Amino acid sequence: MDFPGGKVPFTEDLAWLGPGFTPRPTIPCYRALDSQGAPLPGTSLPHDIDQALATRMYETMISLQAVDTIFYEAQRQGRFSFYMTSTGEESTAVASAAALNPDDVVFTQYREQGVLMWRGYTPLDMANQCYGNALDSGKGRQMPVHYGSKALNFHTISSPLATQLPQAVGAAYALKLEGKAAVAACYFGEGAASEGDFHAALNFSATLSAPVVFICRNNGWAISTPASEQYRGDGIAGRGPSYGVPSLRVDGGDAVAVYNAVAEARRVALERRGPVLLEAMSYRSGHHSTSDDSSRYRAAEEMAAWRARDPVARFERWMAVRGWWDEARGVGARKAARREAIAALAAAAKQPRPPLSEMFSDVYDEPPPHLVAQRAEVEAFVRAHPETLPAGMPLE
Amino acid sequence: MAAILRAPGLGAVWGTVRGLATAVRQAEPATAGLDAKQMNLCSAVNDALHIAMDENPKTLVFGEDVSFGGVFRCTVGLAEKHGKHRVFNTPLCEQGIVGFGIGAAAQGYSPIVEIQFADYIFPAFDQITNEAAKYRFRSGGEFDVGGLTIRTPYGAVGHGGHYHSQSPEAFFTHIPGIKVVMPSGPRETKGLLLSAIRDPNPVVVFEAKMLYRTAVEDVPTGDYSIPLGRARIARAGSDVTLVGWGQQVLVLEQAAKELAASDGIEAEVIDLRTLLPWDADAVAASVEKTGRLVVSHEAPLTSGFGAEIVAAISDRCFYSLEAPPLRIAGYDTPFPLVCEPLYLPGVQRVVDGVRRLLRA
Repeated sequence: MDFPGGKVPFTEDLAWLGPGFTPRPTIPCYRALDSQGAPLPGTSLPHDIDQALATRMYETMISLQAVDTIFYEAQRQGRFSFYMTSTGEESTAVASAAALNPDDVVFTQYREQGVLMWRGYTPLDMANQCYGNALDSGKGRQMPVHYGSKALNFHTISSPLATQLPQAVGAAYALKLEGKAAVAACYFGEGAASEGDFHAALNFSATLSAPVVFICRNNGWAISTPASEQYRGDGIAGRGPSYGVPSLRVDGGDAVAVYNAVAEARRVALERRGPVLLEAMSYRSGHHSTSDDSSRYRAAEEMAAWRARDPVARFERWMAVRGWWDEARGVGARKAARREAIAALAAAAKQPRPPLSEMFSDVYDEPPPHLVAQRAEVEAFVRAHPETLPAGMPLE
Repeated sequence: MAAILRAPGLGAVWGTVRGLATAVRQAEPATAGLDAKQMNLCSAVNDALHIAMDENPKTLVFGEDVSFGGVFRCTVGLAEKHGKHRVFNTPLCEQGIVGFGIGAAAQGYSPIVEIQFADYIFPAFDQITNEAAKYRFRSGGEFDVGGLTIRTPYGAVGHGGHYHSQSPEAFFTHIPGIKVVMPSGPRETKGLLLSAIRDPNPVVVFEAKMLYRTAVEDVPTGDYSIPLGRARIARAGSDVTLVGWGQQVLVLEQAAKELAASDGIEAEVIDLRTLLPWDADAVAASVEKTGRLVVSHEAPLTSGFGAEIVAAISDRCFYSLEAPPLRIAGYDTPFPLVCEPLYLPGVQRVVDGVRRLLRA
């Protein structure tokens, strides 16, 4: 039958398709390393990782782990209000970032600080943002971990889930119109994939042929809701082909596999000038955030089992097999990373806050009369009651 | 969000419902002297879009059904002239349309997106209020989506019922970071739409869909713009200030005429044009002169934008007011199909209200 949506074959069978009728096999998970980091023979590896690249990936993951550990503790000490770790997903962020080009435009959710670190965002940049101090490029306006950097092609993080997905599609379409050999890379969790914006984005990306690489971090948990209560069907990758989006499931804890999957995704997106979807299977080994205690809703055994598959340790073993890393260098790198994270916090803590006047800038390109008046009002209030001005905050 | 009423010319019966003649107005000094021709509001929109697409190759126009010209015919000829890569249909999904527009704008493009009816803008509300409006502020000014313009037809048409009639502007005036524009006729629409498109902030433009075809007037054929944030005195008067926006301005003008003819009351009619940021100075100056304020809108009374105007003007002009400010608005019900003529703040309700106010 010719139908406006395409050709559809006829059948005489009244046959249902799908669960309970004609179950389809689960999409397998592509990997290159076993759970301990030993290389698996016969793995398809179209994109080579040389020693220099591997070393940089490893060092970035080490730095990420150090920042996560130190910043998490700093938050517990009350030095700032909030933090989110990416424990268990370090390789998903860093290896995917390594496979992208710096011209590729990145949209993330909030647990992908490893992408930003790969691009050159330093622990000090992160500390300045978490403190919301005068050196925070976001001018102290957002909660900790809402990073962003125009110079690094990393769109500023916002808390609402999945809003970045249709935005990434629009950005990718713009990149295509400009004729740039770049993609939009868009990260999100399996929980966010339940939002309407996920469906909007997948459908738009396919129908409007936008070169976007969707990277779902399926870490098993959306705060306390397990993936088993988040969806039916074959996860997130299982949805892609229904939207007309080529899809792949990858072991998110396997940096070698993630790198190859994303490099290949990027190649396919540019070659076909269209979207691809990756589902990186991993585990949120930490709590959702510093406001969460995940021991209240998940088993200690489950957490311990996943922690034993630490993605950084797996990559370290793979490097060791190649003779590219040894224990002593690893210990040294970890010490250096911890020192840098601690120094970053100390430096950030010394900075003043952004001035009060920044409360009214950037709402619009220029403040309209009502904002000019409101700024004058709050400044007059502060002059009358100087004790109300937050400590360390200048007026101008 | 399916749009049920897709036929163009929705406003055909509106004139009789509200007792208004088709609006034909003369050119104002601001645009006088420019080459002009008679256009309806739909053609004025189309004209503005052609100009915008000609001047900036990064201007995109997209939304539901825009490719063939749109259900109201506002995008006719754009795809043919400017290419299907710049003028295209999207899937039927408002949050996708606005989200996609935000992403393109963040990359330096100037997307003009169409939400087919303002009644269906709500799935995109999150993208507008949490994303577009905050994009610049939350990034410390590193990113912005100032190129984004959202066009959407709003308002009563005589038979639109709940979902083809609403005036949801008040929701959007509560969003720091966007601008909200509601033009009152073809000439106003072209000039304000061009300003909205060129404004370096995201702008929502509510187009008076009843007027798409019924309002015809001289509209300059070339490029011109009307600044955002500045009201217009649609009719000068000394006894009472009537404030409205969009198609309600025509009701206020008609009421002013009747009041002058029957009661000798000279009403000043202010077309607010932009609701966010709104021109409080213009309204205050008028109220200082007249001592009386009436604000009228189709949207429901409670928490309508009239409340904001009345509060601000009561504050600024308290000692000039000779009577309590009055709001004449839609009632606080869902838009009622068969009761529309009584739901709407039509000419007679405005005339009655002004008479009460002047007796007070």
